[in-house]
Amino acid sequence: MIIGLDVGGTHTDVVLLGEGGLLKAAKVPTDDSDLFRTVLRGLTEISEGIAPPSIQRIVLSTTLTTNAIVQNKIPPVGMIVSAGPGIDPEYFRTNASYYAVSGAIDHRGREIEPLNPGEITRIARQFQREGIRHVGVVSKFSIRNATHELQMCEILRASFDKVFMGHRISGNLNFARRIATTFLNTAVYPIHKAFYRAMQKSLSTKGLMLPIRILKADGGNMKFEASMDFPGQTILSGPAASVLGAMAFCAEKADTLVMDIGGTTTDMAVLIHRDPVLNPLGIELGGYKTLIRSLETLSIGLGGDSAVKLVNGELQVGPERSGPAMAYGGPQPTPTDALRVLGDLKTGDHAKAVRGLKPLAQALGLPVTAVAAQILAISSQTILSAAQQLIDRINGKPVYTVHELKEGYVVRPKTILVLGGPAPYFARHLAQLSNYKVIVVPRWQVANAIGAALARTTCEVTFLADTERRVAVAPEESFSRRIPADFDAAAAEQTALELLREKAIARGANPEHMETEVLESMQFNMVRGFSTIGKNFRVKVQLKPGLIQGYNKVIAQLAQGAEAHEQGAGR
Amino acid sequence: MLRAKHRTGLVFFPAFDWAISPTHPERQERLLYTQDQIFEEGLFDIEGITEFKPDLVTLKDIQRVHFCVPDVWTVTTESHFISAGGAKTIGMAVLDQRIDRGFALVRPPGHHAMRVVHGSRGFCNINIEAVMIEYLRQAYGIDKVAIVDTDCHHGDGTQDIYWHDPDTLFISIHQDGRTLYPGSGFPNELGGVNAIGKTINIPLPPHTSEEGFLYAIQNIVLPILDDFKPDIIINSAGQDNHYTDPLTNMNFSAQGYAKLTALLQPDIAVLEGGYAIEGALPYVNVGIVLALAGVDFSRVKEPDYDPERIRQSAAVSRTIAKIGEDVLELWEQRDEIHSQIPDRTGIHERQRRIFYDTDRIFESQIEWIKACPDCAGALRIDSNSDRGLHILAVHIPRKACRACKDLGYQWYASAKPKRFDMIFMQDRTEDKFLKRPPP
Repeated sequence: MIIGLDVGGTHTDVVLLGEGGLLKAAKVPTDDSDLFRTVLRGLTEISEGIAPPSIQRIVLSTTLTTNAIVQNKIPPVGMIVSAGPGIDPEYFRTNASYYAVSGAIDHRGREIEPLNPGEITRIARQFQREGIRHVGVVSKFSIRNATHELQMCEILRASFDKVFMGHRISGNLNFARRIATTFLNTAVYPIHKAFYRAMQKSLSTKGLMLPIRILKADGGNMKFEASMDFPGQTILSGPAASVLGAMAFCAEKADTLVMDIGGTTTDMAVLIHRDPVLNPLGIELGGYKTLIRSLETLSIGLGGDSAVKLVNGELQVGPERSGPAMAYGGPQPTPTDALRVLGDLKTGDHAKAVRGLKPLAQALGLPVTAVAAQILAISSQTILSAAQQLIDRINGKPVYTVHELKEGYVVRPKTILVLGGPAPYFARHLAQLSNYKVIVVPRWQVANAIGAALARTTCEVTFLADTERRVAVAPEESFSRRIPADFDAAAAEQTALELLREKAIARGANPEHMETEVLESMQFNMVRGFSTIGKNFRVKVQLKPGLIQGYNKVIAQLAQGAEAHEQGAGR
Repeated sequence: MLRAKHRTGLVFFPAFDWAISPTHPERQERLLYTQDQIFEEGLFDIEGITEFKPDLVTLKDIQRVHFCVPDVWTVTTESHFISAGGAKTIGMAVLDQRIDRGFALVRPPGHHAMRVVHGSRGFCNINIEAVMIEYLRQAYGIDKVAIVDTDCHHGDGTQDIYWHDPDTLFISIHQDGRTLYPGSGFPNELGGVNAIGKTINIPLPPHTSEEGFLYAIQNIVLPILDDFKPDIIINSAGQDNHYTDPLTNMNFSAQGYAKLTALLQPDIAVLEGGYAIEGALPYVNVGIVLALAGVDFSRVKEPDYDPERIRQSAAVSRTIAKIGEDVLELWEQRDEIHSQIPDRTGIHERQRRIFYDTDRIFESQIEWIKACPDCAGALRIDSNSDRGLHILAVHIPRKACRACKDLGYQWYASAKPKRFDMIFMQDRTEDKFLKRPPP
């Protein structure tokens, strides 16, 4: 059996899945000020009466690190960066204890200027005086040559609890993002570590001795131990959980839009033939642009509980949420109240919902039901325009080869899969206002937790080989090896895939079922004058996000009755 | 956080799967290290810098400028459509005011491509700046355009296309043609009878460094631009004046290029040549982008940059000062020079031999231009290549007067089909391209 748990802004959803299907689901209110208790309560509720040994896997998607970053509740850390020529690294400052030092590496990984160890030692003493325990070190082009980061780490290691190095965090170029990402990893590390250590301890007192798995923003999970080196990858995992929850119900040969309509926000993503579209560079959070791989998602401040008000005589829905809907005792009218007024929603206090919409109706000179219809139309329209924005963004992504530009795939989803609390009620309105076929995901209330439960392990490897310098590197894996002059593209791909398998198993993947994929494989001749002096290979491989093996029955069982919620195509 | 002072757009299209030949300087990885540097510096993350995906130009866009022999498809590849398309995308974004300035970092380049195209010259098949400019004139109604070509090689293709156009000021700064391909671009090349003075050539001696280039921009180019008052300024931003470029003999630098860009403030920059792909282009391109955006570029330097080592000699400085005086004098006297032409209403003939170095083609051309006080004049070209194709091409300029338009149609109609493999006409007044026999 598997437990999946997804912490949302309003509720925390948790499910128990067996091979035969969904065994149990629960919803507990999220207490942002005490996530530990929220998660523990969810896990306790779901595992009640279940023999601990029969639970094989627990996957958690939490807002722990996300909240810490957004609310800026992060402990002081030290950052040391070495830049060399280019943009002044002062522009990339992440925090007060941030130092730019000498040392430079060029784009091919050649040292231009050595590091000055004395400088690092002096800064280390300063950090210690400030009581800093965790340090991030980053050098420009460290993913081409990590020597300077390794040197800095060596000097610092003994004096600090943990040193994060930029080249271990992502194989992608982008110095500013590498700095920000290293900073975030360093900053959330103690919070992340304390939380999951304590969680593991509490669970073991209940007899649950298995390792916790944590969901990442790219829709994959990793084991808790592995997450210690990359705690930043756990930010914004919520949208990924939803996408995975919908994935099994996507058409195999078409594009699908997935929308999770929650209380506060609507998150959306696109799947091409069941593969979620990934953000090419990395997620943005709290003003930080990062190299944290994630699904390409778009989130808008519009959900069932969004506040509805009149602005310059026009109805406006969201982006704030003041509390639950008035039908449930909340302070301000919401789309949920509109659904209640129209009778779409059968629960909640009808009279209170009507009372909530009345002032709006009076101001607009319309019957209450007309205002309710307008609120839902505006909400649906806003969601649909955001979806179009997301599709345009994906299709507008630049490409760098003639082939890609000519053959470039154009995303054109015809179907929307909706999940989240108000999903079935919104489905009808979305279908009416568009040409999409709108399908409600089975068990839409907890589909996100099901998604978290069934997530595979994912990871990525970037591999570079330079036959002139006779060196191959995979920066994130601390891999570096001499290669012969006749090293070729096939050898490059093969080495990259071997490294990927190794990494995947360490992260918790099932060695029997690994769906690896070559994302990119490029080969360039390096020419001096008019003769070729070497070749440059660049390979990127990944384990695709997706659902784990062996739970097809769960999906089949869930799919039964899915059609009952299906809405026809729009007008 | 970094913020651009000027909203800046970039099209980055390195064409990683296109080369003239495997070891040709114009090959796949030409912009590979530039991409590395641009990505690592995070230029696309700077607030106010936007990356655009290039549109493709259309057949019509190319035929508005060129007479391709035997047709467009034969002398181009998809990459030319994209590279010109990248320039067009930037041009549109500027004129739509989505950005203040833009840079099309695209390949292959275009400034050696002339109006008639039999093949590739100087790695260029179609003139991507001209294709962009004529599209912008057609779609947005802009009129006066200045092109400042800072590639190390004389922009002879662009010069040829705008030779007779009084509304296009073409200024080329390049290494002296006596020492470098294509061997042209001297101050006495002033433009045709209807556009005297609107072609300006500033040949610089070998080993010119930052001082000389910036002197030429400040003391020659900027005053002339002030005088001409263009609607937009285009920079053909070749990067082969670099001190490490393998094909040239200049001593320019990334700092120099950035400062040049900051002085020139072009609305649109389009990449041309530049073949020091590891040691120069990554730094030069970052410098140009930051300068366009108005972001601090003071630390963008090549690893081996030493301004003392590349400083130009006093003799070089003197030569440049002298060229500057000559060029400014010609600019001041352009109306006088025109008035001294004996026949200011007749038809002027010019005969040329044009060599396509990349494709090893020889072309013989005879050109007739109607000297006209009212417009850029009807143009007729008889072109014959050693590949055996003989064409007649007629160009009616954008703002042609009635008489020149009629003359153009008369030339086109009266051409003897037996003498030519193809007879072409561009009627820019109606944005039409005609061909006999019809396809």
